Amino acid sequence: MDFLTLIQVLDSTVRLATPLLLACLAGLFSERAGIFDIGLEGKMLVAAMFSAAIAYTSGSVWLGLLAGIASSMLLSGLHGLASITFRGNQLISGVAINFLAAGMTVLVAQSWFGQGGRTPSLFGGARFEPITLPFADSIEPVPFIGPIYSELLSGHSILVYVALFCVPATWWILYRTRFGLRLRAVGENPAAVDTAGISVIGLRYAAVCICGVLCGIAGAYLSTALQAGFVKDMTAGRGFIALAALIFAKWRPWYALAACMLFGFLQALALRPDLIEGLIGIPVQVQLLDALPYVLTVVILAGFVGKAIPPRAGGEPYVKER
Amino acid sequence: MSAPAIELKGISKSFGPVQANKDISLSVARGAIHGIIGENGAGKSTLMSILYGFYKADAGEIFIGGQKTEIPDSQAAIAAGIGMVFQHFKLVENFTVLENVVLGAEDGWKLGPSLRKARQELTALAKEYELNVDPDAVIEEIGVGMQQRVEILKALYRKADILILDEPTGVLTPTEADQLFRILRRLRDEGKTIILITHKLREIMDATDTVSVMRRGKMTATVKTAETNPEQLAELMVGRKVLLQVEKTPAKPGDVVLSASNLRVVDDAGVERLRGVSLDIRAGEILGIAGVAGNGQSELLEVLGGMQAAEGSLTLNGTDLELVGPQANGRARRARGIGHVPEDRQREGLIMDFHAWENNAFGYHDDPAFNTGLLMNNRALRKDTEKKIAEYDIRPANAWLTAKNFSGGNQQKIVVAREIERSPDLLLIGQPTRGVDIGAIEFIHKQIVALRDAGKAVLLVSVELDEILGLADRIAVMFDGRIMGERDAGATDERELGLLMAGVTDEGDN
Repeated sequence: MDFLTLIQVLDSTVRLATPLLLACLAGLFSERAGIFDIGLEGKMLVAAMFSAAIAYTSGSVWLGLLAGIASSMLLSGLHGLASITFRGNQLISGVAINFLAAGMTVLVAQSWFGQGGRTPSLFGGARFEPITLPFADSIEPVPFIGPIYSELLSGHSILVYVALFCVPATWWILYRTRFGLRLRAVGENPAAVDTAGISVIGLRYAAVCICGVLCGIAGAYLSTALQAGFVKDMTAGRGFIALAALIFAKWRPWYALAACMLFGFLQALALRPDLIEGLIGIPVQVQLLDALPYVLTVVILAGFVGKAIPPRAGGEPYVKER
Repeated sequence: MSAPAIELKGISKSFGPVQANKDISLSVARGAIHGIIGENGAGKSTLMSILYGFYKADAGEIFIGGQKTEIPDSQAAIAAGIGMVFQHFKLVENFTVLENVVLGAEDGWKLGPSLRKARQELTALAKEYELNVDPDAVIEEIGVGMQQRVEILKALYRKADILILDEPTGVLTPTEADQLFRILRRLRDEGKTIILITHKLREIMDATDTVSVMRRGKMTATVKTAETNPEQLAELMVGRKVLLQVEKTPAKPGDVVLSASNLRVVDDAGVERLRGVSLDIRAGEILGIAGVAGNGQSELLEVLGGMQAAEGSLTLNGTDLELVGPQANGRARRARGIGHVPEDRQREGLIMDFHAWENNAFGYHDDPAFNTGLLMNNRALRKDTEKKIAEYDIRPANAWLTAKNFSGGNQQKIVVAREIERSPDLLLIGQPTRGVDIGAIEFIHKQIVALRDAGKAVLLVSVELDEILGLADRIAVMFDGRIMGERDAGATDERELGLLMAGVTDEGDN
């Protein structure tokens, strides 16, 4: 593999890791607050559909993004209602959201556009265009640094940079603010938060809302930046890979970046089976690469690579007791 | 004299048909240690939860420092200067001491300044009240005594004037408890008001200035501690004369029934829970295992009861018992004559959603009297249960009620009846009176002594030192997975056992 091919693969790694990263951080906020969320997939899917639909109808990708976020937050609210207010089972609520999203997106898209459950292709202002970073063109001829800057770092849509910015932001919120301290506490021992006179319910809803916003951005990215329009089931399990990445990252923001980049890299490789064959001499099944994130997660969970301890109060609704 | 620190007038609270607090009035003087004593379910915790804003009273008024105060939530209680140290600590295990203290009492939305300020304040408080803790220690890595100090510091950091402690000594060694009481006296001398909730008469006598007694949701008496005695308090708690001391004759130990040697258990996390425990139990004696919770007593009970695999060797009446493999289970042990009243009756002794008569079968469901090979003989089982209900005075006397509908004491009686009535050669009994009211304690203790007098062996595990001292003939103290020493019950005292419980041996090592 020559240098330029490597840059190309890494470039698509970044593109493919972005939705994973956004969803992973979404899950991080929710699960750190003690609300398990396997509905990331469904929220992304709904956001992908609505942002494409609204972007197409209005011609503005920004309105599309807002619609995507709003729809994802609506499902987040539903999850919150079921699991926080009514103390339901968080896994069941998440599964329900995934099913709801899978069916509803196709139904709505079909009824609005009549194209077999997809939205029309987006172009122009209805899509996030790649941004060229300053001096990308002038630096390009410089050997080594040039391609890295102009090919790898420059030329992504704004949402890619947003996702990358979210990593330090999440770290800072989690470990350097009052909200972060309380959020981490409520996922570990809600009773401690409650007796300190802070609302457990309020904190958990806040976390679930943040989760909704980030999932919304992730979904919008899929249909308006990575691709040009919504197609049925376009999330293709990314929500679950994001969950795997979250476990892989042991619920920590910087580790989440690394895990998502790794999983994104595997996805990028899966797009270029010819490269792997060139490297190791035998053809590799693409499915094997697709399965690798899950295999790695099982390895992590089995305790081979350190121990992944989830937030202690995760998955349990908070019931006040003496 | 200034207004009382706390005054409650006519507090009532019901949970459905159960009236937990009935028209309770209480006055707590400023700068005093006020004890509240009562049996389980007497309504002590409910009353304090109302004071801390966890529950809202159905009726009644609260006055703090003479001012009528509404306490709708914990926030309001904290604002009114009330701090609470719960029986089960409300600490975030993987946070540092500093983070736990700051949580909920931060200044501003940025964490840095709050933590810096708290660190200074903590140093000052440590100096003022001799409450030394390392602010950067992680909670799960420090001992329970230290964790309790963090809870007290949390309250003081929030400027609490009134400190409520709910059963604070349950997890402490006698030495740690003494330390706690010293801290409490110091706090009182600095002008803080302290409410101490407990069911241990000794603590009330040792530590309090005034004591209020609760029974069945009512406040039955408030007396000066100096003017009362344990017998009177016990009578006020139960409503009749109670024997605080177990009546028993000296033991007549016979042959060794159970002999364990070099038992070792390593848990999932790789920590050694039992580090070579050896002991003999003879017929006609009660061997008490004392120790602070979590020093290997639970594992010992589980190994002997067949619920936990171990290394080492174990013989019962001279024949080997398996420590691993298919025969190492509770049913096989029972078939060999080992009855087991587990420590946690709700998790290991009963199925809470099953009827009393179904619970009566567990461990003995192979018994031909109950089991015809293909079908269960439920009628015989119910009949047997009804007999036990009558003999053990289990209330309500209804075999069809599910286990969760009985009070703690009656649940325990169901388990004890099931195990003792089989007349096992060896009875393993863990925390026989945890969460059990005084009346039932008296009854259960009598049954244990009667079993001993019938020539059976009893292994009693309890964190209540009084219970061990009162009931056991011989006492072994466990610390950190080892037996630190054995004493004759008649020839030892709390002080000596307390030192062993803290890991201090005669040789002065550890």
